[in-house]
Amino acid sequence: MKHLLSTEDLSLANAIRILDTAEEMAAVGDREVKKLPALRGRTVVNLFFEDSTRTRISFEAAAKRLSADVINFAAKGSSVSKGESLKDTAQTLSAMGADAVVIRHWASGAPHRLAATDWIDAAVINAGDGTHEHPTQALLDAFTMRRHWSRLAGTGSEGADLKGMRVAIAGDVLHSRVARSNVWLLRTLGAEVTLVAPPTLLPIGVEKWPCSVSYNMDETLEQGVDAVMMLRVQGERMNASFFPSTREYSRRWGFDDNRLRSLDALGMKDTIIMHPGPMNRGLEISAAAADSPRSTVLAQVRNGVSVRMAALYLLLSGDTREPAAPALAYAGTHSTKESN
Amino acid sequence: MAGNTGTYLIRGASLLGGEPGDLLIRDGVIAETGAGLTAEGASVIDAAGLVALPGMVDVHTHLREPGREDAETVETGTRAAALGGYTAVHAMANSTPVADTAGVVEQVYSLGQAAGWVDVRPVGAVTVGLAGEQLAELGAMADSRARVRMFSDDGICVHDPVLMRRALEYVKAFDGVVAQHAQEPRLTAGAQMNEGEVSAVLGLTGWPAVAEESIIARDVLLAQHVGSRLHVCHVSTAGSVEIIRWAKQRGINVTAEVTPHHLLLTDDLVRSYDPVYKVNPPLRTDADVQALRAGLADGTIDVVGTDHAPHPSEHKECEWAQAAMGMTGLETALSVVQHTMIETGLISWADFARVTSAAAAKIGRLEDQGRPLEAGEPANVILVDPAARWTVEPAKMATMGRNSPFKGMELPGKVVATFFKGHPTVLDGKLNTPYPHAASVGAA
Repeated sequence: MKHLLSTEDLSLANAIRILDTAEEMAAVGDREVKKLPALRGRTVVNLFFEDSTRTRISFEAAAKRLSADVINFAAKGSSVSKGESLKDTAQTLSAMGADAVVIRHWASGAPHRLAATDWIDAAVINAGDGTHEHPTQALLDAFTMRRHWSRLAGTGSEGADLKGMRVAIAGDVLHSRVARSNVWLLRTLGAEVTLVAPPTLLPIGVEKWPCSVSYNMDETLEQGVDAVMMLRVQGERMNASFFPSTREYSRRWGFDDNRLRSLDALGMKDTIIMHPGPMNRGLEISAAAADSPRSTVLAQVRNGVSVRMAALYLLLSGDTREPAAPALAYAGTHSTKESN
Repeated sequence: MAGNTGTYLIRGASLLGGEPGDLLIRDGVIAETGAGLTAEGASVIDAAGLVALPGMVDVHTHLREPGREDAETVETGTRAAALGGYTAVHAMANSTPVADTAGVVEQVYSLGQAAGWVDVRPVGAVTVGLAGEQLAELGAMADSRARVRMFSDDGICVHDPVLMRRALEYVKAFDGVVAQHAQEPRLTAGAQMNEGEVSAVLGLTGWPAVAEESIIARDVLLAQHVGSRLHVCHVSTAGSVEIIRWAKQRGINVTAEVTPHHLLLTDDLVRSYDPVYKVNPPLRTDADVQALRAGLADGTIDVVGTDHAPHPSEHKECEWAQAAMGMTGLETALSVVQHTMIETGLISWADFARVTSAAAAKIGRLEDQGRPLEAGEPANVILVDPAARWTVEPAKMATMGRNSPFKGMELPGKVVATFFKGHPTVLDGKLNTPYPHAASVGAA
C-alpha cells in the first residue's frame, strides 16, 4: 500500500493486516506511556478542506502516539478563484517535506487527485472526501464489529473476518461516504449488509452494490441483525424534498425507543448499535438508544485512534512503501494500487 | 469569389471514398473533375490512396474570443479547425461579452475573416446575456454582416417553455434555427457526471438522462406546434435518440448533433477522477454510445458537432468538482468518427461527408459549404489518409486547449490537405498559409 484512498479496492489481506495492526496499537493505548517511536522524524500533515474536529484530532492523536511530527493545515475555501489551488497546496506541502498527507475534502475524489498526479510524492490517506469514501471510518467500524463478533464466537480477533455477521446501515446513504466505505469493506470481510433508507436517499445504481436494500426498518430488524449502524441525517434535506419532515423521518427510519425495545422483544440480546458521530439525538437515533449498553459510539471513537495509527504506521514504516508510482488513473481501472 | 488562390490538380483521390478521380481547383472553385486531367502551371498533388471529401463544417465550436483569450482565440481555434479538416465552424455565443448583439457577432465574424483559416459563422445568443429572461436582438444579428442563422444559449438551456416557444416562432422570420442545449436545470443542480452505476460508487452528483430527454420531448412538440426549426445540440442518451426518431417520423423539423466523444467514451472513465473527462452533457454508458452510433448511422442524428471546448490547464488541474466542463475536439473529430463509425462498418465515407459537412452546412444555412465535389462548386475540399495511424498528443495541437480526452490513444485517419475556397490552408498534414483574405473582403 502506498496510499489509503478507498475501501472499494482494499484487498482482504490488507484489510485484515490493518485491523490486526490496530489491535497491536490499541494495546499501546492501554499502557501508561501511550507512545511508540515508530514514526520519529516523519512528518504527517492533516490537510483539512472541510471542518471536522473529531476526525482531525483522531488523526493527530494517532500520529503523535507514533512520535511523528504533525502539521495541521486547515485549508478552507471552495474555489480556485478564492484561494490557492489544491495543486499549489500539495506542491507546497511536498516542498516542506511531508511524508504523509491526511486529507479531508468536500469534493469527492480529491485524495485520488493527490495520489494520481505528480503534485506530491507523499502517502495519501483519505480522511473523507465529499460523498465518496471515508475508509478509516469504515476500518474503525469493522474493528469495533470484529471485536464484538470475535468475543461472541469466543475466539481472538486477530486474523478474523466478519463472515456471517448481519449488518444494517440505515439513513442517508445517498450523501454518505461512511456508508459507501462500509459497504465495500464489509463485503470484503464477509459480512451481509442491508441498507435501510427512504428511496430518495439511496443512489440510482445502488442495485449493483454488494448488499441488499430495504425501505422498512422494522422488517429488517425482524429478520435478524447483529449490528445496526445509524447514519447522520441532516434536517435540511427536508427542504430539498428528500423526506417530508424530520418527525416522519424519525418515525419511519430512525432508531427510536420502540425499536430499541423491539431488539429485546425479538431476543437479539447481542445486537450492537453504532453511529459514526456526530449524532442528531432525536432524529436518527434516540437518546436511550445512543446511551444504551448496546451502543458502541464511544468504543468507535477510541478504536478510531488505533486504526489510524495502524494506517499511518503501515503506510510510513517503510516495508510496504512502493517506489513512486506514475499516475495510475485511467479507463476502467481504479486509481489506487495494492502492493500485496 | 476571389481569383488569386492558385491552381491545384489533385490526382487520383478516391472521391467520397469511391472511384479514384482527379480534381482541378482553380480560382476558388472546382474547375473540373474526371480522369487524367491536365492543367498548365498547376501544382500537382498525388492523392493516390487518399479520400477527397467536402471540407468539414462544425455546428458547435467554442472559440472563446472575445473574453477568454487565455483559453483560445479565433486565430488558434481556426488553425485547429483547418488542421482537423474543417472549412467552416459555428462559433458559440458564450463569450465575454456574450454574442447577443450585432456588434459582437460582427466582431467574431471579422476576426474569422482576418484569420483566414475557415469560415467563422457566429452563433447568436437566444437570450440577453444567456440569462434566459429576455430575447436577444435576433433579427439584428440575422441582418448583420455575420448573417447569423443559428441561435443558441449553449451551455445553458432555454428552459422557460414560453421563451423557447417565442424564440422558435421568432426565428421563422429569417429562416433561423434555435439550437438547444437540452438540460433541465432543476434536475441537474450541482450535477457532476452521468447519474447511474458509476456516480453511485464515486459519490458524484448525478446528471440524469431524463434531464436531457424531457427537454427534447418538450422542444420537439413546441417546434411542431409553432412550425419552426429546432436543432438539438450534443445528444447524449439512448432515450434522446428515440425521442428524436419519433419526432422525425411525425414530420417535425428537428435536427440533432452528436459529439465525437459521446460516440466513443463512457462514464467508466470518471473513476479516475481526472477532470479531462468532465464534460456537459456528461459521458454516458456503453448502451448510450451504441444508440448514438446507430442514430447517426440511420439519420436520426444529422450531424457530428465537436463541442470543441478548450480550457486553460488550471481549470482541469484541480478537484473534479472544481474543474471546468469541456473537451477539445477539432483536431480529433475526423479520426474519432472514422474509428467509431467507418471502421465499424456503420457508415461510408459518403455518409461521413453528409454528417460532417453537407447536413451541417444546411442546418447553418451556409450556401458555399458542404457542397458536392463537382465542377463549378466552391473548392472547400479535404484530402484524408484513411490508412494513417497516429497517437493523440495534446501538447502538439494547434488549439491552446490541452484538454483532449483522447490523449495517448492511437486513432486512424489523418487530414493531409485542406482547401478553403480554393486555397490550401493545410498541406502535407501541416498548416500552410491562411486564405489571402484581403482579396475576399466584401466578397462574402
